[in-house]
Amino acid sequence: MTVEIAKHRELGLTDSEFELICEKLGREPNDVELAMFSLLWSEHCAYKHSRKLLRRLPTEGERVVMGPGENAGAVDVGNGYAVAFKVESHNHPSAVEPFQGAATGVGGILRDVFALGARPIAILDSLRFGELDSVRSRHLLDGAVRGIGHYGNSIGVATVGGEIYFEAPYEHNCLVNAMCVGLARQDEMVRAAAAGVGNTVVLMGASTGRDGIGGASVLASAELGDGDEAKRPTVQIGDPFEESKLLECCLELLEKGLLVSLQDLGAAGLTSSAAEMASAGGVGIDLDVAQVPLREADMEPFEIMVSESQERMLAVVEPAKVAGVLALCAKWQTGAAEIGEVTDGALIRILREDEVVGEMPVEALVEGCPLYDLEPAEPPGWTYGNRQTLAAGASPQETLLALLASPSVASKRWAFEQYDSVVGSRTVRRPEAADAAVLQIPEAGNAVAVSIDGNGRRVACDPHAGTVEAVLECAQNLACVGAEPLGLTNCLNFGNPEKPVPAWQLDRAVSGLAVACEALGVPVVGGNVSLYNEGPDGPIYPTPVVGMVGELPDPGGTCGNAFARAGDAIGLLGPFAPTLAGSELAKLRGELAMGLPQPDVAAVAAACTAVREAVRAGRLASAHDVSDGGIACALAECAIGTGLGCQVDLQPLRERGCTPEEALFGEGSGGFVLSGERGALEALGATFIGEVGGESIEIAAGDRSVAVGLADAERAWRSLPAHLQ
Amino acid sequence: MRWGVLQFPGSCDERDALKACSLLGEARLVWHEERDLGDVDAVVVPGGFSYGDYLRAGAIARFSAAMEAVAAFAQAGGPVLGICNGFQVLCEAGLLPGALLLNEDLRFHCRQLELIDDDGERLSIPAKHGEGRYYAPEDVLDELEANGQVAYRYAPGQNPNGSARDIAGVRSRAGNVLGLMPHPEHAVDPLTGSTDGLKVFEAVAAAGARA
Repeated sequence: MTVEIAKHRELGLTDSEFELICEKLGREPNDVELAMFSLLWSEHCAYKHSRKLLRRLPTEGERVVMGPGENAGAVDVGNGYAVAFKVESHNHPSAVEPFQGAATGVGGILRDVFALGARPIAILDSLRFGELDSVRSRHLLDGAVRGIGHYGNSIGVATVGGEIYFEAPYEHNCLVNAMCVGLARQDEMVRAAAAGVGNTVVLMGASTGRDGIGGASVLASAELGDGDEAKRPTVQIGDPFEESKLLECCLELLEKGLLVSLQDLGAAGLTSSAAEMASAGGVGIDLDVAQVPLREADMEPFEIMVSESQERMLAVVEPAKVAGVLALCAKWQTGAAEIGEVTDGALIRILREDEVVGEMPVEALVEGCPLYDLEPAEPPGWTYGNRQTLAAGASPQETLLALLASPSVASKRWAFEQYDSVVGSRTVRRPEAADAAVLQIPEAGNAVAVSIDGNGRRVACDPHAGTVEAVLECAQNLACVGAEPLGLTNCLNFGNPEKPVPAWQLDRAVSGLAVACEALGVPVVGGNVSLYNEGPDGPIYPTPVVGMVGELPDPGGTCGNAFARAGDAIGLLGPFAPTLAGSELAKLRGELAMGLPQPDVAAVAAACTAVREAVRAGRLASAHDVSDGGIACALAECAIGTGLGCQVDLQPLRERGCTPEEALFGEGSGGFVLSGERGALEALGATFIGEVGGESIEIAAGDRSVAVGLADAERAWRSLPAHLQ
Repeated sequence: MRWGVLQFPGSCDERDALKACSLLGEARLVWHEERDLGDVDAVVVPGGFSYGDYLRAGAIARFSAAMEAVAAFAQAGGPVLGICNGFQVLCEAGLLPGALLLNEDLRFHCRQLELIDDDGERLSIPAKHGEGRYYAPEDVLDELEANGQVAYRYAPGQNPNGSARDIAGVRSRAGNVLGLMPHPEHAVDPLTGSTDGLKVFEAVAAAGARA
């Protein structure tokens, strides 16, 4: 008995969970069963600390085609087409081995999307690392960017957007979140639920090896710490060529109507895909591990069941169509093996030829894990530390240049030029050209816009307000290109939920997410939770990453974020009331503290509508939302984009009660910097603040005015590569 | 004009090339196992990572059944356009001189840039590759220039990969086989940035008409 106890603990199960498993089975689990339970009852698969919270999120809407519970969410984009999308984390594998961790993160999210029958058309990435003066952070950044490029470029899916922040709390536990967007004909989409007793279960794609054994429980559901190098064998190795063949094969199988259902093999491998397919379909499944094509002949049944070898899919096929499926797999030179059968029992049975090596109720595996209530407690104050990097007496000019050069604000061209952003012939707005990526959908006669956002530092200051801001930022980005939000996906990256402060952060953040989505009328159609993101110094910044997809009727009727014409008026629109709380400037000054103003969600939503309509009507020359570094940085970005300077007076913000510094560098939701004809801007309700033109960025703000030459501003903003030497 | 666009396992840009070709005529995909090109008047070997390209870009694709047919087609004077991976395949197959090496800085780059064609005209076309540094021995480069085989160069200061003499694309001695690293199929729609890529396809069609 003591040996067994040690084993279940090693696999991440608590004593009481182990007892519950024994109770549900009426006996002790054998090794195969214990391995399967430990994975499906991990946080990664069972959401045992987050599922109760997630029930708060709005998930329904007129345009929702598939919601949470499927491999990805999907929304209607018209003419019989749907856009499927999801964001998922691959944080811990990337912290251990960034290249393969990030590459397989991309591979995994692609499979989630094509499992629905959607052809992936875009990838976005949200990355977090420690400060760039750390060798480890530079190594992780370089590896993750190369890994994303390796997989996305090789498989021919455009990487069209993303964001990267550098903050000390991510030093040990970087974040690599990847989002994929796919396009499907609604009548060819497929669900993951297994159906049809007697139907054949076919495993397609790569063979099964010992890579990634225990990834979900060992890596994804525990804190990182010393000795992580020893976990390298739990990181999977990606093969984009294998996935490319598998993708084309699956889409052709679905187009020909040869599959009943389809599911990707991700975390927990065959165990989770088979159990989840059976659970969703209310059926049982028999699997014969002897039929699984292996990389190493001597693999044990439990290893086969938990392997996280990449580039595999599980399909349910009617017996009469099996030959057709195998033939198409042969055409695409991708593996295919009949490994099991759908049964009318409520059991998942693992066989090795005629010997039963595991037998468990599907319900116990998938739904049996206890759900835990969090025990949240608000921290007494700011616990993440402060580090001053900007001299106290810095002039407004020096401050602006320091903000533009701050790696989190600076241009990420170094990274996104390593990604193919044009393959697929859909990319109307490429990275940095607009606030959101725009992809044309000729099949539906329109376009979609996509954005991904989440400023962890601001969420740390106030998890509720910070998360509301992340949603609003996405909505503002979509508005700037003329898109209306259709749906949202999110990845909740937090620390250990069994500790009171991360529990409080998670609880408050989910509330913020729910409030903002309700107010905007945007349903949450899918997502992912990544907990236990901690290093030796404590938890990461709480980081809800929000991905939003919107629609615009005319791919030609969109708007860039850079000034377009000298002489244009510049207007400020929206309920923008900037403060230095949680700002990039407060970080550089080492003055971070708890607390953010609460955003006025309804007013921001109204401003988004106004901007969206103006963009669609062609009344704006440029539109950019005010984000990191405040309006001074937003204006500089508009100016650098086309090399047109500006003369601006922020007196209107002074009249809203802002100090000169708050006006220049303060942050908060709801600000849009627009350019165009003055009459058009004022008709929109924007406040006139200046004009486009000249060779410099000149901003008056009471006694703290700024004048910076365009060349100097651009040099600072493009300085990211200099940090990487 | 009927275009055939090769499709290998691992091709990425074949559907984009197909769309571009269909702006200029009829177009169909040619599966890598097809030995007969049928009634195709011009062939495009598209971009991507044929057979994964884990060995050396294009090194496996050159042995495919379809490439054997393309070699015969090219030797008979048929027009062939190789784009990115297609250019690498044509070099590996010996249908074009030179080779494509890893980019000088060992990184993949994707950016819109300008090419200069034979007539000195500038074309705005995206390039995206990690293995696009054109290399040939100096005497071969001299010969290519003397024979008018350098079809496209990167505009001054825009060479993304360290290619010899800024060479972005070359043609065969006979003129009917053309390869380039940038992607003209991604520059055929004003919405996605430029329509200058059509000129590259038109040049190939014209070479076919002359043959």
